[in-house]
Amino acid sequence: MAVAKERVGASPPPEQQSQVKWGERIIETVIKMGGISSIVIIALIFLFLLREGLPAFLDIPLRQLFGPTWYPIEEMFGMLPLLAGSLIVTVGAVAIALPLGLTTAIYLGEIAPPSLREILKPIIEVLAGIPSIVLGFLGWIALAPLIQNLGAPTGLTAFTGSLILAYMSLPTIISIAEDALYAVPKEYRDGALAIGATQWQAIWRVVLPAARPGLVIAVMLGIGRAIGETMAVMMVTGNAANIPSFQTGFFFVPVRTMTATIAAEMGEVAQGSLHYSTLFAIGIVLFVISFAINSLAGRLVGVDGVRRSRGGML
Amino acid sequence: MSRQQAHRLAVVVLTVVAAIVVIPIILVILYVVWKGLPALSWAFLTEAPRNGMKEGGIMPALLGTILLTFGTAIVSFPLSIATAIYLAEYAGDNRLTRWIRMAIVNLAGIPSIVYGLFGLGMFVLFLGFGTSILAGSLTLGIMTMPVVISTAEEAILAVPQQFRTVSLSLGATRWQTIRYQVLPHALPGIITGIILGLGRAAGETAPILFTVAAFYLPELPRSIFDQTMALPYHLYVISTQVPGMPLEIQYGTALVLLLIVLSFTLVATLVRTQMRRRREW
Repeated sequence: MAVAKERVGASPPPEQQSQVKWGERIIETVIKMGGISSIVIIALIFLFLLREGLPAFLDIPLRQLFGPTWYPIEEMFGMLPLLAGSLIVTVGAVAIALPLGLTTAIYLGEIAPPSLREILKPIIEVLAGIPSIVLGFLGWIALAPLIQNLGAPTGLTAFTGSLILAYMSLPTIISIAEDALYAVPKEYRDGALAIGATQWQAIWRVVLPAARPGLVIAVMLGIGRAIGETMAVMMVTGNAANIPSFQTGFFFVPVRTMTATIAAEMGEVAQGSLHYSTLFAIGIVLFVISFAINSLAGRLVGVDGVRRSRGGML
Repeated sequence: MSRQQAHRLAVVVLTVVAAIVVIPIILVILYVVWKGLPALSWAFLTEAPRNGMKEGGIMPALLGTILLTFGTAIVSFPLSIATAIYLAEYAGDNRLTRWIRMAIVNLAGIPSIVYGLFGLGMFVLFLGFGTSILAGSLTLGIMTMPVVISTAEEAILAVPQQFRTVSLSLGATRWQTIRYQVLPHALPGIITGIILGLGRAAGETAPILFTVAAFYLPELPRSIFDQTMALPYHLYVISTQVPGMPLEIQYGTALVLLLIVLSFTLVATLVRTQMRRRREW
């Protein structure tokens, strides 16, 4: 855009020109400061988490902080059960969402007739728009009793959380995976079909391998979405801060995630207490996990691609 | 199994899985509408809750969510648009630009409850705003920035380069070009981004838990330093914290929240379609 505007004949008289220049400079500075604001904000978020959460890391021995007992009334702040809870629910969600999401992306991108596609895509966008509290509410009031009827001692289990989380992360996984499939050049498909492959063979042997990096990113961001989800998970996982024993049906017992612990307990703690700063410390752990996932995904795709996929959520 | 059979089987499996994804979404929405519709009435929307929230309506929560949505717009709009203009029109291919993009990607990924912690630490306590509409709006506003920025930037980038070239060649400055040539054409796309962001903000619970939401507050807020009830938190409260809550009120509240949030999505989609139809290039 570097156009030599000074050379244009009809430029304003000198005094007006300097005015324009001043205004121009001010506006450009304001816009640039706006642009930098994202960096400032993310730094502020980290700083304020540290400010409130650091005492927990300093005052509680690390072995205890990541120990196996979360029992705040007795001043026992071991995050391990919460980490385990988040891990189980997230792994379960991914195990459900991954096959569903990738398959749906393939269906939408490669198989579905355009008219059907135009109907299905908005429906999936609607899913992205449903507030997590509404899904949590339905999970609590309708899904949990259903699961209990299937024979579990309670309907509020890690599995219930995983199921709801899976559907919540589906729009992310589907939209990014579809972008990845879309980015595979048409010549690849044509080439495969021309040498006699069926459409399925072309998809399975040519398109999917070519799209693999994008599909990996879709899964990563889906995991990021699942691990940070709060309200729905809090309502349906039963909030028991135990490490499930890996015996029978450990997936069908109540658990408590990191996010749910913050949401449930922050309202009751004294500001500045050890419990309070431990909840912020959990926030730091969540921040670091999401930062790692997103930075890695950003690096894998080149930041630009992730941005486009996220922006294209509608 | 021959190759053709494998192909046909694959198509069947793919179709079935897509149905497994899509059908529950439709069922969920129909279910909430079916269960919640009987509760909806003018009184439900305009009356305050009574008798420990077991009777009456949701007016303070509804109004609180509307106020918070406005507050979110006021916070998010200027920062996001400035960022989008900077990235689309000014940013060079350098380290600063990469850092900004990295920051936005990470902002988009931060869990909403962590935004809540940040709002509590910075706005409620450090800046002393207290649990207030101001603190809640700032928190929600920052949370919606990534969505608004990416949609707005795409809209700005979609304006053809010739528009800029012609304007500049006529002697307009860079900012005049952006102001009079680029932004008017990008406006529908920018508005789409804002509406999408606001829809997200209106439905969020975790960021407002510690920054603004009141458990039960029948009177209306008088200033931006007051607490307010909000629909998402109200739904959480009446479904899990109040024993013996009539189901009808719970489903009615869920339906109103769902309708508000989905109408944002719907309006955004309509604006976008309209924009595509009217585009002159």
